Amino acid sequence: MNSLKNIVRDGLWTNNVGLVQVLGICPLLAVTGTFVNGLGLGLATLITLVASNVTVSMIRKLVRPEVRIPVFVLVIASIVTIIELSMSAWFYELYKVLGIFIPLIVTNCSIIGRAEAFASKNTVGRSFVDGFSMGLGFLLVLVTLGSLREIIGHGTLFSHAHLMFGDAARSMTIHFVSGYHGFLLAVLPPGAFIGLGLLIAMKNVIDKRKEARSEVVQVPGDPAVQAAH
Amino acid sequence: MEFPTQSSPYLPLNNNLSRLMTQVMLGLIPGTLILLWFFGWGILFNLLIGSATALLAEAAMLRLRSQPVMPTLYDGSALLTGLLLGLSLPPLAPWWIPVVGALFAIVIAKQLYGGLGYNPFNPAMVGFVVLIISFPLQMTLWPPPQGIDAQTLGLADTLRLVFTEALPAGATLDSVTMATPLDMAKTRIGLNFTWSEILTDPRYGSFAGRGWEWINVGFLFGGLWLWQKRAIHWQIPAGMLGALFLVSLLFYIADADSFGSPVFHLFSGATMLGAFFIATDPVSAATTHRGRLYYGAGIGILTYIIRTWGGYPEGIAFAVLLMNMAAPTIDYLTPPRAFGHRDQKEG
Repeated sequence: MNSLKNIVRDGLWTNNVGLVQVLGICPLLAVTGTFVNGLGLGLATLITLVASNVTVSMIRKLVRPEVRIPVFVLVIASIVTIIELSMSAWFYELYKVLGIFIPLIVTNCSIIGRAEAFASKNTVGRSFVDGFSMGLGFLLVLVTLGSLREIIGHGTLFSHAHLMFGDAARSMTIHFVSGYHGFLLAVLPPGAFIGLGLLIAMKNVIDKRKEARSEVVQVPGDPAVQAAH
Repeated sequence: MEFPTQSSPYLPLNNNLSRLMTQVMLGLIPGTLILLWFFGWGILFNLLIGSATALLAEAAMLRLRSQPVMPTLYDGSALLTGLLLGLSLPPLAPWWIPVVGALFAIVIAKQLYGGLGYNPFNPAMVGFVVLIISFPLQMTLWPPPQGIDAQTLGLADTLRLVFTEALPAGATLDSVTMATPLDMAKTRIGLNFTWSEILTDPRYGSFAGRGWEWINVGFLFGGLWLWQKRAIHWQIPAGMLGALFLVSLLFYIADADSFGSPVFHLFSGATMLGAFFIATDPVSAATTHRGRLYYGAGIGILTYIIRTWGGYPEGIAFAVLLMNMAAPTIDYLTPPRAFGHRDQKEG
């Protein structure tokens, strides 16, 4: 039985959209040039995932299985349209930067994947938690990759924060090294691929270390270990 | 007890890796010395920094991967990667250029793929391409070659420029550097100069660019020595130089005003270094005899295309990496005929 805690852990770590399922990597690779871009697209995806999961879960008993996929697509497309229009109303600059990748959230396989695999079979509350943790997991990967590429590529962090937080955030930009030459490769597509590869590798290393440690600790009959399994 | 070997029939095996690497490094010597003579001390710094970083990075990565460190370092492959990278960098580049390039070459392009023998791309060229994409400005810092009437930097000045990026008084980056013949040819052709007008510039030397022509002759000499020692096969250099020659001849005959002569293409830039020392990397190149010819020809044609119509003045590195990608397919399509079997077409 999936407890809520497991759902959250699944979304954030064990079954992370970016690092384990490697879904939605088109926007993941394309817009993570800076922290703010990553955060913007991450939030948009997060909201879409939560809203589509909740909606699909609510209508799951009304929709006949034969037509479920077109219905899911319609639901997701409507939600994305709402988000796109809202962004162009309130975050126009960011909307221009993210460009085609906001409407393209519709095609992000992780969203229809969660609708089909989770929300259409679970209650509204659990679907909400699943959408939120999956979205948050994706957002964290986007933000991590964005920050890494921004630090290595430009030597800054939180640049262009005003696109999201208004003019007051202009001073948030951190410059790490003065006179940094910039490392163009990190900003270009190869940097995104190499960065994502390294992040996935790092996750696997952490998992392996954890596994090795739990094997060492394991004592036959230890109730704590048995409970964990 | 030792039994000294007097003469044949004792045939030594010539398949030792570190021996091969040593031979390749010896083959680099004539070209390197001429490069040093024409372009000064910066080359030496690039070689030293590049190979030191490559060795350190290799040792660190081998430790991380829990592999034996010293035997692998002694095979010389990391050192050779560092040296080849150092040879292809501009002499006045700041110290961190060879460091970043060698780190990338060894850590990402070699060790992350599984170390020597598993890397699909030539590590030195990956390092070079990363640098030329990321730092286009620093990668143009070639000083004028020896013999051109211009300001040249001595040892102390070069040292200061490389490590602190400070220029001697009264000098600017523009006054101590100069476009390479390939680079200038590209710019001038773009400005509708004819090739014969371009060749009147003193930097074009006797036949393919002052300095560059003799550097290429040096690497050609070293490469032929390697071939004679059987450290490399003739197919890749022959394929590459032959294709470059034929393609450039074709365009030269068609329009001698806007396309460089075959001799210019063969003896400028990194042609000979690429043909004999870089394209012949046994790990990332094609491995069948016929495949090697196609592989080399591909590099030659791509080099010409990038030099003539591409965005960068020199195309060897990109051409080598592109053909590295094609090497497995080439191997698959050109299986050697097994002894005793006929070709499929004949059968």
